[in-house]
Amino acid sequence: MLTRAIANFGKYCQFMGRVFTLPERWRVFGNRTVFEINKLGIDSIPLVIVISLFIGAVITIQMKLNTTSPLIPSYSVGLATRDIVLLEFSNSILCLILAGKVGSNIASEIGTMRVTEQIDALEIMGVNSARYLVLPKMIGFILFMPVLVAFCIGTSFFGGFLVAVFTDLISVSKFTYGIQAFFNEWYVWYGFIKSLFFAFVICSVSAFCGYYVKGGALEVGKASTNAVVTSSIMILLLDVILTKLLLQ
Amino acid sequence: MIEVRDITKSFDDKTVLHGVSARFETGKTNLIIGQSGSGKTVLIKSIVGLLKPDSGEILYDGRDLMQMNPEQTQALRKEIGMLFQGSALFDSETVLGNVMFPLIMFSDMTREEMLDRAHFCLERVNLKGADKKYPSEISGGMQKRVAIARAIALNPKYLFCDEPNSGLDPRTSILIDELLSDITHEYNITTIINTHDMNSVIGIGENIVFINKGHREWVGDKEEIFHTANEALNDFVFATDLFQKVKEYIVNNAHPAK
Repeated sequence: MLTRAIANFGKYCQFMGRVFTLPERWRVFGNRTVFEINKLGIDSIPLVIVISLFIGAVITIQMKLNTTSPLIPSYSVGLATRDIVLLEFSNSILCLILAGKVGSNIASEIGTMRVTEQIDALEIMGVNSARYLVLPKMIGFILFMPVLVAFCIGTSFFGGFLVAVFTDLISVSKFTYGIQAFFNEWYVWYGFIKSLFFAFVICSVSAFCGYYVKGGALEVGKASTNAVVTSSIMILLLDVILTKLLLQ
Repeated sequence: MIEVRDITKSFDDKTVLHGVSARFETGKTNLIIGQSGSGKTVLIKSIVGLLKPDSGEILYDGRDLMQMNPEQTQALRKEIGMLFQGSALFDSETVLGNVMFPLIMFSDMTREEMLDRAHFCLERVNLKGADKKYPSEISGGMQKRVAIARAIALNPKYLFCDEPNSGLDPRTSILIDELLSDITHEYNITTIINTHDMNSVIGIGENIVFINKGHREWVGDKEEIFHTANEALNDFVFATDLFQKVKEYIVNNAHPAK
């Protein structure tokens, strides 16, 4: 198992070596990148908004219900909601969710191209298929990831705000004060930086799983599942490392 | 001309090609025939470089593919067109987009020139009015013709076809065969067709290489195939009553195949 893992890592590095080469036609590359931004990024906005809105609301409710001590100021609900969203939810948890949507999309698309010989057709024409298919997805998704994180942060806060407006758990003024209190700007940058690494992991791992599919539809399905599982584990592992590096 | 010399290819412990040698002439429709699992797809994929043979030489007009560096291989591939068994059209592109793809990637033409060339190729394969359709919206026969149009877009010197008739009705198969034969003669290209369709063998087989259990068993043309004494080839080609009767008729009447 260890030997297979090392062999796969070597294969992954070789694959990345093929992906990170200069495009033959910059115009084609630019068009494909814009297309991928639309497909992987903009199309993910509704999902990000829905999830963030509800999770933001739930975090606020949970914070209020679990901090009943009179010694804890009530504005701390807003403060805790903000820090949870900035530090973990808007990057790590969001990327775990996106690994399911974007990762499976990439793996199944490239895997289907492999089993229907479309990748062979590209190679026969003299096109570096790894670069042509993967680089625009990677660049597009990484470029758009901060936008998704920003949407996630804003919508989560809005979800918490709605709880303050429509329930009597916390007043709007206390919540908005808590959101602004003791604000550490670095937390925002920390979230953006982490998300860029996670976006790279989602794209590269999923593309790798799809690119080396052998067989038919069943294997494409398995590759898609592998892509999501492996990306998720890699995100969690990287989360620990980046948290240690960036917050200590 | 493409020449393969002593090609051997194994997968794990199983040897699929045992020292296969053959010559594929320019301006002729060269057919590789053999039963399923005989190694003909491995041979054609080795010739185009999708698989790397364990040993042997693959010469494209004297240039050995096995000795080429990646840049030279890349340059050679721009001289190659290939029609895959399942057509391998890009799902996300329209018919016109598929044919224009190699032009966009590798030619220095203006957009108008590319459009002219793509329309010319589509007309050459008798496909008009399907430009804006996606591969999923057209029939299998039309997909094959789009794939041929894409393969000839850059005026290739070498054309490879992996089972071009699979999944097609007999009438469409004949049309595809005729199209490939016409294109081969018209542009004087080296065409290699991998098939087990006997109508293709009798119809367009100008140079036939028979592969049996990974060995090159027989070489000849569509007329010689009726008079061969090779048992394995006879068992394969004349397996059906119909082809058996055709053979008997031709041999008894000393009549070459038309």
